[in-house]
Amino acid sequence: MPTLAVSAVGLDRPGIIAGVAERLAAHGANITDSRVAILRGHFAITLIVEGGGRAELDADLATLGLEAVMVTEVPEAASHPRSEPTAVVSVHGADHPGIVAAVTRVLADADVNVCDLQTRLARQLYVMIIDVAVPPGLALEELDRRLRAVASEQGVTITLRQADADVL
Amino acid sequence: MAVREVVLHPHPLLTLCAARVDREGAAPVVEDLLDTMRWFGHCVGIAAPQIGEPVRVAVVDCSGHPKAPDAHGELILVNPVIVEASGSEVGREGCLSIPAFTANVRRATHITVEAEGLRFDSSGFEARAIQHEIDHLDGLLFLDKVDSLEADVFPRRSR
Repeated sequence: MPTLAVSAVGLDRPGIIAGVAERLAAHGANITDSRVAILRGHFAITLIVEGGGRAELDADLATLGLEAVMVTEVPEAASHPRSEPTAVVSVHGADHPGIVAAVTRVLADADVNVCDLQTRLARQLYVMIIDVAVPPGLALEELDRRLRAVASEQGVTITLRQADADVL
Repeated sequence: MAVREVVLHPHPLLTLCAARVDREGAAPVVEDLLDTMRWFGHCVGIAAPQIGEPVRVAVVDCSGHPKAPDAHGELILVNPVIVEASGSEVGREGCLSIPAFTANVRRATHITVEAEGLRFDSSGFEARAIQHEIDHLDGLLFLDKVDSLEADVFPRRSR
């Protein structure tokens, strides 16, 4: 059975998930993971499904009248995340294009894996919080130094701290 | 003596470490901080950088606040330092300089504070307010302390 990645974006309204899921079910595709977000009024869903034919599914989902639909065959990957977050990076400052690119480039070059990334924009204030997995060989102080350098280039504030390890 | 305009984030003064100040230097700032805090009504504390003064002065007043029954009343904090802290609790905070959001922030529940002419213990909501204001003096905002935008940061309706 093929593994498919399905993503769909539509102007937010009731019924988008129902429409997508009904068509998946009709093609015998089983949803094995999903993530939904409403981004500036656009509903976005990304799913991994097992089974169903890529081309048939693509054609069927296209009739839903959404803004974008994509169905791609993907190789099977580990069901567990590649790494658990060990630190949190907070970024905030005056909004401009390139903040995400500059900050995540520093992370990527340090082999730091992004586990989650959320952003908010309120007027000119841009806020981004990134959960990251820092490789064992990289000291937090060193990553902090590199992040401070990019913060000053971008004119934003970046704080790096250890992820809360509270487990109850 | 004046109600001052509150600096909104993003603003460079809000992320700078403020300078220590002597009592004479602090006096006019204290007046303006008190006037500005009172003018907002719902405000329980304000720090000098928020009115454009990069000095280590803040005022806090949680009197009458339902979450702070044991508050000390008006506190004038010049060069304040937290010398002891214990306990840990998540609570909701807002900030005059970040009007778009409120957030859940983890803070110590009991603190001992030293400032010019003062040494006192504080707990609960008042202790939270004091920690929030002292963070301002170090150029830190609650946005530096939240774990998740989705779970801990909430858009705020404009008042």
